[in-house]
Amino acid sequence: MTPIELRRKTLFTLLGWAVALLLSFPLLWMVLTSFKSEAAAIARVPHLFFHPTLESFRVVQEQSNYLRFAWNSIVVSLGSTLLALLFAIPSAYTMAFSPTRRTRGTLLWMLSTKMMPSVGVLVPIYLIFRDTGLLDTRTGLLVVDAVGNLPIVIWMLYTFFKEVPREVLEAGRMDGAGPVREIYNLLLPLSLPGIVSTSLLATILAWNEAFWSLTLTAAKAAPLTAFIASFSSPQGLFYAKLSAASTMAIAPILVLGWVSQRQLVRGLTFGAVK
Amino acid sequence: MTQHQPVLSGDQIATRPRGRLLLNVPAISVLFLWSIVPLCMTLWFSFRRYNLMEPTRTGFDGWGNYRYLLSDPGLGLAIWNTIFLLASILLITIGLGTLLAILFDQDFFGRGIARVLVLSPFFVMPTVSALLWKNMILHPENGLLAFLMRSVGLKPVDWFAVAPLTSIIVIVSWQWLPFAFLTLLTAVQSLDEERKEAARMDGAGAIAMFRYIIWPHLGRAVAATTMIETIFLLGIFAEIYVTSAGGPGFASTNLSFLIYRYVLMEYDIGGAAVAGLVAVLLANLLAFFLMRSFARNLDA
Repeated sequence: MTPIELRRKTLFTLLGWAVALLLSFPLLWMVLTSFKSEAAAIARVPHLFFHPTLESFRVVQEQSNYLRFAWNSIVVSLGSTLLALLFAIPSAYTMAFSPTRRTRGTLLWMLSTKMMPSVGVLVPIYLIFRDTGLLDTRTGLLVVDAVGNLPIVIWMLYTFFKEVPREVLEAGRMDGAGPVREIYNLLLPLSLPGIVSTSLLATILAWNEAFWSLTLTAAKAAPLTAFIASFSSPQGLFYAKLSAASTMAIAPILVLGWVSQRQLVRGLTFGAVK
Repeated sequence: MTQHQPVLSGDQIATRPRGRLLLNVPAISVLFLWSIVPLCMTLWFSFRRYNLMEPTRTGFDGWGNYRYLLSDPGLGLAIWNTIFLLASILLITIGLGTLLAILFDQDFFGRGIARVLVLSPFFVMPTVSALLWKNMILHPENGLLAFLMRSVGLKPVDWFAVAPLTSIIVIVSWQWLPFAFLTLLTAVQSLDEERKEAARMDGAGAIAMFRYIIWPHLGRAVAATTMIETIFLLGIFAEIYVTSAGGPGFASTNLSFLIYRYVLMEYDIGGAAVAGLVAVLLANLLAFFLMRSFARNLDA
C-alpha cells in the first residue's frame, strides 16, 4: 500500500467509524444505562464509568414478570411465521414453477393488499375479535401477524424458488412425484437457505410488530412491543429499568438481524436489488 | 423411486398444471378475505350510527358520519401530517442512505463491524426506539441533548412540545435509514468496477462520477426503498402512541392515530370507519403510482 492509499484508507476509517458510532449511539447508551443503578442513570452529568449492576434486570423481571411477555412474543412471532409459511410455500411454488399469464398480476395484487393501511381495517377486525373472543389472545395476534406478513413471505419465497433449476423438479415429476412430495422432498431441501432467510425476516417483522399488539392485546397476551409501551407512563423515567427491559426485548432479534442482513435486502426489495 | 415408470399418460400431464394452480387458492383466499371483508364492513359502518358507549342509539345515518368527519378540524391536519411524515422520512433516509452507501463502498479498517453498528436501529422494535429517544435523548430534564445544551450554556428545549412532528421524523428516520442504506449499498456494490475505472480514465471527478455513473444505477434500489418504506410508513402508529400521543392538540396526529382516537378513545365506530376509508383511499392513490413504477423494475 502506498502512503497515499494508506492515508486515504485511514481517513475513511475515521469517517466511517464516526458515522457508525453516532448512528448506533442511542442503542449503545441504552445498553450501558441498563447496567447502571437508577441514581447513576439520571445523574445531571452522565457517567461513562460506573459500577455495573444487574439490579435493573432483576427488578424488571420481579415487578412486571418480563418472561411472560417474552413468551408471548416468542409464541406469536414463531407461530405466525410457521402459519405464513404453510400458506406461502404452495402458493409461491405454483407461481414459480407453473406460471400463467396472470402470475405477475397476482403477485402485484398480493403486494397491494399490504399497502392497505392497518388502521383502515382496525374497526372491523376489532369487532370481529371482540365477538369471537379473540381479543387479547395469542392466537388472534398470531393469525393477524401471519396474514399481514403473508404477501412479503410469498414474494420472498417466489424469488428464491425461481432460482431452483426446473429440470430437477421435472425429473421428480417424471418419477411420479405428486406436488406435495415434490415440494417436500425436492423443493424444500433445495431452497433451504432461502426458506431460512424468509423465516428470519418474517420472525423479525412479527417480533417488532406494534400496531396490532397495541390495539388487540391487553394484560394477557401482550407481547414485548406492548410491554415496552407501558413504560410511556412516568414509569419510563426509571431509566435503568427502561433500558434493561428494552435491552432484553431487542437483544434476540438484533442477533437474528445481523445474521440475515445480506438476504434482507433481497427479500424486502422482492429480488429487485441483489 | 427406484425405477423409471411412466405413470402419467400425455393428457394427464397436460391437466396436471391446472391441479397445481389449486395450490395457490388458500393464500389467495386468505388475502382476498383479509382485504375485502373488513373493507365492506367499514363501508357499512360508515353509514351507521354506531357508538360503543351508546348501544341503544343505532340505525342508518346517511352521510352523517361523513359530514361529522369533514367538519373535524383534525382530519385535514391528519392527512397533511401523514403525507408530510412519509415525504420527509423518504427524503432523509434515501438522501443520507446514498451518502452512507458511497462511504461504505470505500475500503476501510473494521468496515464489517461498523456496518453492523449502522444497521442495528432497523431491528429495534418501534416502541423501544421511540421511548429511548423520548426519555433518554430528547427529554428536557434528563435527556442527553438537554445535558449537551446546558453544558454549552443553552436552555434545554421540550422537543415534543415545540416540534412534535419533527421529533417523530427524527426517530422514524433513524429506524429506517439502515434499510435505505443497506439497499443502496447493495446496489452501489453491484456496480461494475470497470465502468467506474473507465469513467475515471476519462477524467470524471467525484461529482461527475456520482451524477453520471452511480446515481443512474441506483434507480431500482430507490424505487424499491420508496415502495417498502411507503408500505410501512403510511401507518406510523407506535412511535406516535408512546411519545406525543398525537399532540399537542392534533399537531402530530396522522390518519392512523386519528382513527385510533375515534375508536379507542371516543368509541365512535361510525366516525372511525369514515376515517378508515379516507386512509384506504389515500393508500390506494399512492399504491397506484408506486406499483406502476415498481412493476417496471421487476423481472417477475
